[in-house]
Formats: sequence, C-alpha cells, structure tokens
Amino acid sequence: MDFQLSDDQRALRAGVRELLAGRFGRDRMRAALDGGTGIDRALWRELGEAGFFALRLPETEGGVGLGLPESVLLFEEAGRSLLPGPLIATHLAAGAVKGAAEGETVVAVLDAGQPVGHLGDADGLLVLGPGEARVMTGGALRDVVREAARPLRSLDPFTPLWRVTGPVGPGELLSGGARLRDEGALLAAAEQLGSAARTTEMAVQHAGEREQFGSPIGSFQAVKHLCAGMLVRAELARSAVYAAAVTADRAEIAGAKLLADDAAVRNARDCLQVHGGMGFTWEADVHLHLKRAWLRSGQWLTAAAAEEALAADLC
Amino acid sequence: MDLAYTEAEEEFRARLREWLAAVLPSLPAKPGPDDWPGRRAYDTAWQRMLYDAGYAGLHWPADAGGRGATPTQHLIFLEETEKAGAPYVGANFVGLLHAGPTIAAEGTAEQRARWLPPVLRGDEIWCQGFSEPDAGSDLASLRTRAVRDGDHYVVSGQKIWTSHAEVADWCELLVRTDPTAPRHRGISWLAMRMDAPGVTVRPLRTLAGSTEFAEMFLDEVRVPVSHRIGAENDGWRVTMVTLSFERGTAFVGEVVACRRTLAALAAEAQANGRWDDPVLRRRLGRLNAEFRALWRLTQWNVSEAQSSGGVPGTGGSVFKLRYSHARQELYEAAAEVLGADAADLDREWAVDRLSSLSYTIAAGTSQIQRNIVAERILGLPKGR
Repeated sequence: MDFQLSDDQRALRAGVRELLAGRFGRDRMRAALDGGTGIDRALWRELGEAGFFALRLPETEGGVGLGLPESVLLFEEAGRSLLPGPLIATHLAAGAVKGAAEGETVVAVLDAGQPVGHLGDADGLLVLGPGEARVMTGGALRDVVREAARPLRSLDPFTPLWRVTGPVGPGELLSGGARLRDEGALLAAAEQLGSAARTTEMAVQHAGEREQFGSPIGSFQAVKHLCAGMLVRAELARSAVYAAAVTADRAEIAGAKLLADDAAVRNARDCLQVHGGMGFTWEADVHLHLKRAWLRSGQWLTAAAAEEALAADLC
Repeated sequence: MDLAYTEAEEEFRARLREWLAAVLPSLPAKPGPDDWPGRRAYDTAWQRMLYDAGYAGLHWPADAGGRGATPTQHLIFLEETEKAGAPYVGANFVGLLHAGPTIAAEGTAEQRARWLPPVLRGDEIWCQGFSEPDAGSDLASLRTRAVRDGDHYVVSGQKIWTSHAEVADWCELLVRTDPTAPRHRGISWLAMRMDAPGVTVRPLRTLAGSTEFAEMFLDEVRVPVSHRIGAENDGWRVTMVTLSFERGTAFVGEVVACRRTLAALAAEAQANGRWDDPVLRRRLGRLNAEFRALWRLTQWNVSEAQSSGGVPGTGGSVFKLRYSHARQELYEAAAEVLGADAADLDREWAVDRLSSLSYTIAAGTSQIQRNIVAERILGLPKGR
C-alpha cells in the first residue's frame, strides 16, 4: 500500500496548476467575470490541447491514457482556480461527441429536474437518465434550446443556467453510460475539494495579514479555530476523493461527494466570515467559491441521494 | 496512489490471521470492568502470547527488542487483531506506546536493558504521571517537585488522570527539577516504582460509573537519580520526542470497531423498524461516509509516515479532531436507534455513549488540537 501521490501525479498536478495560473490567473478570472459568461473558446481549445478532456481516452484513440486518479487531480485544480464551463460533461463526452476530446466542442449536461449550465454555448448535450446516458447534438440540440428551454437568473455569475421546460428528444444512447453519473459525481467532488482547499488558504492568508486590536486576527483563537476546522474538512474530503478515484467504488464515490460538498460549502462560508465585511463584497473572490460550491452540491449526486446510497451500503 | 497491499504485506496479514484463529479460542474469559487485578492478568497474558509468537513491540526498533515493522505492517496488525476480536492493548498501553518508546529513544543501554524486555513480555505495567490538578492542557506548568538528595530525588506533589495506576509497577513521571528555569526547561523525566513509600493512589470514578483512572499523591517519594531518562531538566524534550512521534496508527483499531458498530446499528434499526425513518437512515449513511473517509485518512497518514521513513507527521491532530467528534456522533445515533432503551445501561452502546464523552478531552482537547493545527500546520501566529 502506498496511498500518496506518485512522482508522476505530483508533476501532473504542478503542471496543471502552472497552466491554469498562466492562462486563468486571478486577473483573467476577474476579467472573465466582468466580461460576460460565454465560454472562452480559445481557452477551451487550450485545455483540450493540454489533455483536460482526453485524459482518460486510450492513446490509440488520441487520448492520454491516464485514469480516474489523474483526472481527479486535474479537476481539483479546476476547482481551485474557479475555471468555468461544463468541464466535467465535456470530459465525460470525450470520444463520444466529436471534438469534445480536443476542446473543439462544448458539451453541457441535463439531469432531470436540474437547471442546465452553459446550454447556450453547448455543441452537445449529455442527458443523464436512470442507469443510462444519451447524447444530443446538431438540430435536435438546437430545438431544445429554442423550444424547450429558457434562461434563468443564475446564482453563480460564472455559470449561466437554463431551465428545461419542455420534452427533450431521445438522443443517441451512449455505451457505458451507466457509470457516467458516478464518474461525474467523483469529478465534481474533486472540484469541490480544490475549492475547499483554496478557501482555506485564502482565510489563512487574510487572518495572518489583517490586524485588529493590534494583532493579526489569526492570533485569536476564535479565528484560528475556524481555520483549523476548514483544514480538517478539506483533508478528510481529500482522503475520501482520492480513495474513491482509486477504487471507483459507488459507495466510496457517494461518500466522497457528500464530504467534499460539505467541505466546499462550509469552508467558503467560514472563509467569508474570516474576511468580515470584505467577505460580503463582490470584489472579494470568496462569494464566487461559495456560489459555485452551492451549485455543484446539487449536481451529479445530491446529499440526500448520497446519504441514502451510503445507508443502503450498510445493509 | 495505490491502495493495494504488497505481496509481502498480504503474507504478513495471512500469517497473523492464521495465528489469531489458532490462539484466540484459548484465551481465558474476559474479566469484569472493575476487576483490576483480573484485567491486569488478562492484558499481560495476552501480551505474553504476542511476545511468544514474535508480535510484541511490532513497531519498536529492532535494537530495542522490537520487530522494526513498517507503519503499514503495524496498521495491518491493528486492523486484523481488532477484526478477530483480540484483546486491546489495555494495561500495557503506557509501557508499549509511550514509556517504552521514550526509554528506547532516550535511555542508556543499561536503562533499556532494565525496562524494555519486561514491557515486551508483559511482566511489568506502566502508568503515566503527567497531568496535575493545575496542569492539564498547560502541561508545562506542572509543579510536582523533585529535589536532589545525594543519589536520589525526593518527589512531592500530585498527579491526576492516571490510568491503570492501581495495577502499575512503574510510573513515567514528569517532575520539576529547576523551579527557577523557564518552565519548559526545568522538567525531568523519572521512572518511579509504584510501590515506593509515599505513593498513594485514589481511584476516580468517571461519569460512566467506572474507575478508569486515578489521582496519585506523592509525599517525599525517593527515586534513584539513575532512574532519570535523559539529562536533568531536559524532560520536556524527552517527552515530546515520543508524544509527537505519530505513525498514523494511533486509532486504527478504533476506526475498524466504529465501522463494525455502524453496521450493527443499521441491522438493529432494520430489526426494530426505525430504519423506515429517513432522517435516522440518512444520519447513519452520513456516518458511513465519515468512517470510510477516516479509514482512508488513516491509510494516507500511514503511507506518509512510511514514505518519510517514520518522520513525525502532522496528520495526527487533523485525524483526532474529526475522529473524536465522529465517534461521539456514532453513539448519539446509537441512542436514536435504541429509542427508549438508550436509558437502559445494560443495553449495548448505552454505556459507550457515556464513555465517548471523553474523546474530545483526553490526549489533547479538541480546542488544543485546533491550536496545534492552526499554528503548526497552517502557520497562524501564536496568541491568546
């Protein structure tokens, strides 16, 4: 047993972090926020070239040939950097939807009862059903956007949301579609983990710099203990997410999603609290983490569904 | 990231399982919780069986009489003994997990030869004389005095929360040898015989009704200077060498036991109909996530200790904070599964609910653990 990142995995993570820092650092992130929420197609193609979407496709199909553990490291970095767009759906559709692997197309996801993110930009739509998944593209997808969907005012300024109100055509059945919900839940958990770790760092940095009563606020136990609690949540989620990536076990994935959702939402809340009045402003980044974390909590696998799956696992 | 065990690790596990299956049926009946002489006899008999089979001091270095096992082998040992229902370390705890390793790390050759073999064989039991009525979380403020008188120290003071004091042969004792030095620099580490004149032990009753620990009064107890481990006034460092030596294995058996309890709670809830309550069912589901993750965090910390060559890690406080809280939650959920029967202390889990209240206090309160996490891991400034 060696449950630590391998040297290759560390290098992969460092490489992705560097790529995202260069291509989607804080200034670009804020500029993207101010400039509207359309998908940056050039960035999308760059992510494709970096292997973001083709990571798990076999090398014979033009992919990178890596596994779930490596993709979890990638999506953790995406979550840290607030990278927008339907990254998970496009990653899952690589090989099934033309151009997805290369970052030439954008694939959104429809899960019954959930609003759809980035539908207006989508070239393909992954439709999750019970035990199966289908794909819609071309005219059928355009029909959905035109006839059966309308935009809503989105909680997350980085994720335009559409409510699908009408019937959606059958689409094309994907082979192996049953596992896509589990894999999507795992990758969403990885994004939540990245966000939870990032908000911990943000809180610690602020607590070390901000002075009140003549001392850094991080020297007060009331603040210190909030920060310690954040690290505990993030590290427990990390163990759960990494282990689920290695085993691909359903109950383990459910546990990872549950704990990572919890870590992302509660850490963002505590980070906001540590930032005081600044935390309540549009200018601070913490609300962007919280809003995305709230949104992701409802996607792929909700807390209620995860807890029921984990309860069933006890029997 | 690899969660699969190596062939050598699986072989170690298989041999251990075989041995456990062969010897556990020959164990005598478990003594009652308040039968202290019986508990000592039972715990030391088990330690002797481990010794004879070559499993004693598994995690101790080979030159101290141990097996020099890797952290992963130690994890497997603790997992398998718990799964097989083998006895806990019990009265051997301080000797095997603290006093022994301290002597192994800091003692002279003579001291190691005197004290280590009897611990491994289960011949001698140790207790811990660290905390005092006025020195709890702030251990370095301890005031028990040791004054040199020729080749002896004369020790007077009071210790508290001393587990197994009634049946221990030796006490690892922290005393103040220089009251004028800065508080961390005036402390020494002594090995004190528990039958020495001037030692009085008074059992303390816990809120669970049991007598798990004691207070200890020391009235001019004479301890030979040769029983000091490490240099005079260097006792704080000597103690911390072992206290901070975290291989990630501290709660392996407990996490395995919690997962078994959780499965038993689900079975009980299904039998008594409370499983139909979705609030309770989801609460148990969440605990499943919690303990699965704590098991993975254990494997993570053990792997970290293994790859760093056994260098102390920082994961221990993170683990303990979450684990101690989760285990209290587990018994709160158990009370809900039991319903009105939770008031019957003869029902399984009813007393565990009481005992679990100590988990967020013992071995460093959750508040102290959060200070450790915030200051030593996150690097936040020290303060009040």
